Amino acid sequence: MTSNMLPPAIIFILGAILIPFLKGKTKSIYMLLIPVAAFYILVNIPQGNIWTYEFWGYNLILGRIDKLSMIFGYIFTIMAFLGILFALKVKDDLQHVAAIVYAGSTLGVVLAGDFLSLYFFWEVMAVSSTFLIIASRTRASREAGFRYILVHLIGGLFLLAGIVLTIQKTGTIAFDYIGLTGIESYLIFIGIALNAAAIPLHAWLPDAYPHGTPTSTVFLSAFTTKSAVYLLIRTFPGADLLIWIGAFMVFVPIFYAVLENDIRKVLAYSLLNQIGFMLVGIGIGTQLALNGAVAHAFCHILYKGLLFMAAGSVLQMTGKIKCTEIGGLYKTMPLTCLFCIVGAASISAFPLFSGFVSKSMIVTATVNEKMVFVYLILQFASAGVFHHAGIKVPFFTFFGHDSGIRAKDPSWNMTLAMGIAAFACIFIGVFPQPLYNLLPFIVDYVPYTGAHVVGQLQLLMFGALAFALLILSGYYPPEIKSINLDVDWFYRKLGRGGYIILDKGLNTLNMISEGVVMGFLKGLVFFFKNTAAKIALFVAVNIWLALGYRDKRLEIKKNRLYNDILEGTLPIGIGAAVTISFILLVFILT
Amino acid sequence: MKKELSIFDNPKNVKKLLIIFYCSLVILLISEFFIHPHPAFSFEHVKGFSAVYGFFSCVLLIFLAKILRLIVMKKENYYDK
Repeated sequence: MTSNMLPPAIIFILGAILIPFLKGKTKSIYMLLIPVAAFYILVNIPQGNIWTYEFWGYNLILGRIDKLSMIFGYIFTIMAFLGILFALKVKDDLQHVAAIVYAGSTLGVVLAGDFLSLYFFWEVMAVSSTFLIIASRTRASREAGFRYILVHLIGGLFLLAGIVLTIQKTGTIAFDYIGLTGIESYLIFIGIALNAAAIPLHAWLPDAYPHGTPTSTVFLSAFTTKSAVYLLIRTFPGADLLIWIGAFMVFVPIFYAVLENDIRKVLAYSLLNQIGFMLVGIGIGTQLALNGAVAHAFCHILYKGLLFMAAGSVLQMTGKIKCTEIGGLYKTMPLTCLFCIVGAASISAFPLFSGFVSKSMIVTATVNEKMVFVYLILQFASAGVFHHAGIKVPFFTFFGHDSGIRAKDPSWNMTLAMGIAAFACIFIGVFPQPLYNLLPFIVDYVPYTGAHVVGQLQLLMFGALAFALLILSGYYPPEIKSINLDVDWFYRKLGRGGYIILDKGLNTLNMISEGVVMGFLKGLVFFFKNTAAKIALFVAVNIWLALGYRDKRLEIKKNRLYNDILEGTLPIGIGAAVTISFILLVFILT
Repeated sequence: MKKELSIFDNPKNVKKLLIIFYCSLVILLISEFFIHPHPAFSFEHVKGFSAVYGFFSCVLLIFLAKILRLIVMKKENYYDK
């Protein structure tokens, strides 16, 4: 049955190609049908390894279908649908193409059963998401996009080096549980942890995401970090290191979130905090903890998407998104306000909202493992989340001081996307069982006990009391037009020196991984490069012929191009570059 | 043109909201005596532990954030200089 179905990733990526050629309603319907088709396939495929292809002596697996990959496949497809619906009226093909390729490559990462297809989709993901950041077409967004892709290319090189060493050691490209054992596993770990924005490799996220367009940030918030969370669950469950990284992550970003003036930056820091919860769950590694991490990723994608949609709506309708410039918007944007409050209640883990039924699994796992310290940090962070994401975001946006802005609720498609996400947040909170049924392990957990509900409500409501008293007394830190330094300072402010170090570091890493690659997988690299070179030659020769080059001059030009590509220092990623060149073309033309 | 909402422009309504809020806090504290306790750790036997912990977490959060602001806050054009 699967032989006549395409992998969801391919549906998205190939589907994106047609978008620039369609117009009006046809285009809208076509874009919405892409995730629908992918979802239909996901629902109908059997478990096991499917879509396997023989490639250069290796066995590529484009469909590793089990409960873990399926639940992530579902939520990414659902979020792609909501994101496309939210961005439906955007008149910018670059954003549509990049977003859909991005969503597709994320599905590729989640379903990949071997290292090579994983790495391929990984690089496509990095590049396509960069286009979503620079789509704002401002100087700040271009620079942020440049830093973003640099950081991700470095992360990709770590991953690649680890992959190559692992393949060399095991002789197979298939992967599953890895565990922190040798140098190669640490290299892979660093590569994945960077995409998960694990501290201290996190600064790219609050640096880049707030520069996206009102609609593109919705996609960004969902895919990169959560696909890395998926991979960590797959490859490093039970790694103690993750408990401590996670505990640090739930803790530190909330201080930044309290101080930040830009609402989308507040949301970016609270995103880090939420991933911290997931990493703690992965680090603990028990069935309850892993279920909790998966469930929390699922819920988080929905409510964080919802919050970024609400922030995007405000930005779209008012042109502003800083606490100092907005406020009092509930008067004319009541629906956006309502949906934002639902998202805020969900991220705060209020009973009857989605965060409650997922986060509490992770917290309970720390209790079962008698981790008092981690438990107290998570509880501190839970109160802190309610404080900055639950209260601050809706309060300063829709209430607080009246900014005098009288913007209306956004267009029907944006409102509908928020409405669906808000409904899902409440539905999961009230009826958690359908979500629990999708989790990788059998769930033996009851979220709604009297003690748990009352305890959680006390924690949150008395945190709110602190907020109310501090605001009323004037002690609460005022919103100030400012930025707050994070570790990206090291590569942004050390000036030229920093760039040179980065450049040298990048090149050295590049050369090392190139050496490793060349040594161990010469044939494979040659194949990738050769393909790229042949494609480039094919295009170039036709142009040269048209320009009138013949015989010897043509031969010299051909040889030069062929050698340039073969001796270039690009790693396997050049294969991804071929795919990406299409987005580049759209970028140039739009 | 639809009429815009303005219920919070009236200080009376804000006051009412705060009274409801304070009442809910009292109810939460009382209700702990009527439920089957399920303490995670020994210190949670103390009634109202979550309430006190939640309150002081947020006070500590703001206090530390204010200190952090002294260290990390820069003007908006800091990186453009």
